[in-house]
Amino acid sequence: MTVYALETSGLTKQFAGFTAVSDVGLRVRRHTIHGLIGPNGAGKSTCFNLLTKFLAPTRGTILYEGADISRAGPAEVARMGLARSFQISAVFPHLTALENVRAALQRRRGESFDFWRSDRILKRYDADARALMAEVGLTGWEETLAGEMPYGRKRALELATTLALAPKMLLLDEPLAGLGQEDVGRIAALIKRAAEGRTVLMVEHNLNVVASLCDVITVLTRGKILAEGDYAAVSANPAVQQAYLGEMAEPAHV
Amino acid sequence: MTHALPSSQPTAARPKPAEFLAFAVLAALLAVAPLAIYPFFLATALCFALFAAAFNLLVGYSGLLSFGHALFFGGAAYVAAQAAKVWAWPPELALIAATAFAGALGLGVGALSIRRQGIYFSMITLALAQMGYFLALQAPLTHGEDGIQGVPRGKLLGLLPLSDDRAMYYFVLALFLAGLLAIHRIVHSPFGAALKAIRENESRAISLGYSVDAYKRVAFGLSAALAGLAGGAKALVTQSATLTDMHWTMSGEVILMVLLGGMGTMTGPVIGAIFVMAIPEVLNRIGGPNFSQWMTVIQGAIFVICVLAFRRGLIGELAARARRTL
Repeated sequence: MTVYALETSGLTKQFAGFTAVSDVGLRVRRHTIHGLIGPNGAGKSTCFNLLTKFLAPTRGTILYEGADISRAGPAEVARMGLARSFQISAVFPHLTALENVRAALQRRRGESFDFWRSDRILKRYDADARALMAEVGLTGWEETLAGEMPYGRKRALELATTLALAPKMLLLDEPLAGLGQEDVGRIAALIKRAAEGRTVLMVEHNLNVVASLCDVITVLTRGKILAEGDYAAVSANPAVQQAYLGEMAEPAHV
Repeated sequence: MTHALPSSQPTAARPKPAEFLAFAVLAALLAVAPLAIYPFFLATALCFALFAAAFNLLVGYSGLLSFGHALFFGGAAYVAAQAAKVWAWPPELALIAATAFAGALGLGVGALSIRRQGIYFSMITLALAQMGYFLALQAPLTHGEDGIQGVPRGKLLGLLPLSDDRAMYYFVLALFLAGLLAIHRIVHSPFGAALKAIRENESRAISLGYSVDAYKRVAFGLSAALAGLAGGAKALVTQSATLTDMHWTMSGEVILMVLLGGMGTMTGPVIGAIFVMAIPEVLNRIGGPNFSQWMTVIQGAIFVICVLAFRRGLIGELAARARRTL
C-alpha cells in the first residue's frame, strides 16, 4: 500500500496540436483534502477529466490506490470507489431528490438490470437515502423534483448522491462555483465533513475556501505543475504570485 | 445543521392511477370493438399498436431513435411464418421463436449501433435493417418478392382454432395487453429506473458507476423482442410474411405512430398506431379510390399539423393539459 490514494506520472493530454496537460506528476496523499488551482486555461478541467476517466490521456499513467487505471473507463473507476462531482450541478432533474440518491444506492447494490421486478423493491433504499439526505441538511426535500430545487440545494443533493456510492475518494469539480455567500460556507462545511476518512481532490476557484479547506495545494499553469505545498507556502511562492496575482486580485471568482 | 424549509415545495406528479385507468378503458374498448369493426382489421391494427409500443420503449424511455425497427418486426414475421408453415409449429411456439429471434437480433444490432450517438446511431440501425431487407429479398428461404404466403394460423395450444377472425382477434388482444403490461413493468422496474437516470443525465449516471451501454443494449434487445412478437402475430393474422414489413418505410411509419400518439407515454403509441392505420380506411370510405391516391399527401399534412399543434403527441398533450388543470 502506498501513502498516495492517487498518483500520476507523465500525464499528458494533447488536443489537435495543443497540449492542455503536460507531463503532470500529481500525488494525492490518502485522507487529505488536496486542492488543484490555477488561472483560467491552466488545464485544471482537462486534468480533472483525465483523473475521472472522462477523457483518455495521450500519455502517462494514473494509479488509484496502487492500481493502474490509465486505461479504465469512467463507470469502472466509479465502481472502484473513485467518485466525481460536476462543475455544473449534476442531478437527474425529473427524478425526486430521494430518487436521485436512490439511483446511486441502487447501482451499488446491484439488481439494476432486473426489468421483470416492480420498482417497489427500490423502497428498501429509502431509509438509507433519507439518512444521506439528512447528513447534507436536505430533510424535507425528499419528494421535490431535483430540477426544481434551488442551486445550493442541488449541490448538496449531488454530494449526498455521490456519498451514497460510499466512495474512498472524492473528485470535486469546482464544488462552490455559482453559489451564494451563505451556501458557500454550508457546502464547504459539508465537504469537510465528507472528507473524514476519505481522500478529496478538488478543483476550485474560491481561494478563501481553498485556503481553509485544503491540506495540500497544487498550482497548475499552462498545463504544468508550477508549485505544490500548503497554502502559506504556495501563496508565498514568487512564481505563483507572478502567474496568479492578476487572478487573485479579481474578486470575480468569489 | 438546521435550515428553514420553504413553505411551498413542489411535489412530483404520480400519474400511476391515471395510467391504470387508461389501460382498463383501452382494454374494455378493444374487447367490444369487434361488434363495430372488422376483427381482421382490428387484429392487424393491434399488431402495429404493439409494434409502436415496443418502439416507444426504446425511443421514449431510453432516448434511442432507431431507424431500423422494421428489421425486427418484419424479420420476426418471416420466422413465425416459416415456423408455422414449413415446420408446422403451433402458433404459440411460432410466436416464441419469432420473439426470441428478434430479441437476439436486437441485442446484436444494439451492441453495434449504440457505440455511436444521435444521428450516427440512427444511421447504423438503418444500414443494418437495409442489410436484412436485401437478405430477405435474395434468400431462397424468404421467397423474394412473393414472401411466405398461406401461413396456417393453427390451433392455440392444440385446442382453439384461430382460423376464425374473431378468435384470432381475441388471441392478438391478449398478446397485445400482455405486451403492454410487460412494457409497463419494464418501465417501472429497477432497470427502468436506471434507464430513466441514464436518459436524464448520462454523464452523471456514468459517474455513479452505471455502464450505460450495457443498459442501452438490454433496452434495445427488449424493444426488439416485443417488436418481434408484434411482427410474428401479424404474420399469423395476415397469414403471410412479406418484404413490406421489412422495408425502411415501415421503420418510418412506426416513428410516425409514436410521435403522433405521444412519445414516452403508455397509451400514446397505441392511439398513434390506430390513428395511422385508420386514416386510409376512413379516407377510402369517404372519397373512394380517387381520394386514396392522395393518401400520402394527406397523411403528411396530418403529421405536420399534429407535430406543430401537439408537440407531445395526442396523448402526451392530453396528459399535460389534465395535469395543468388538476
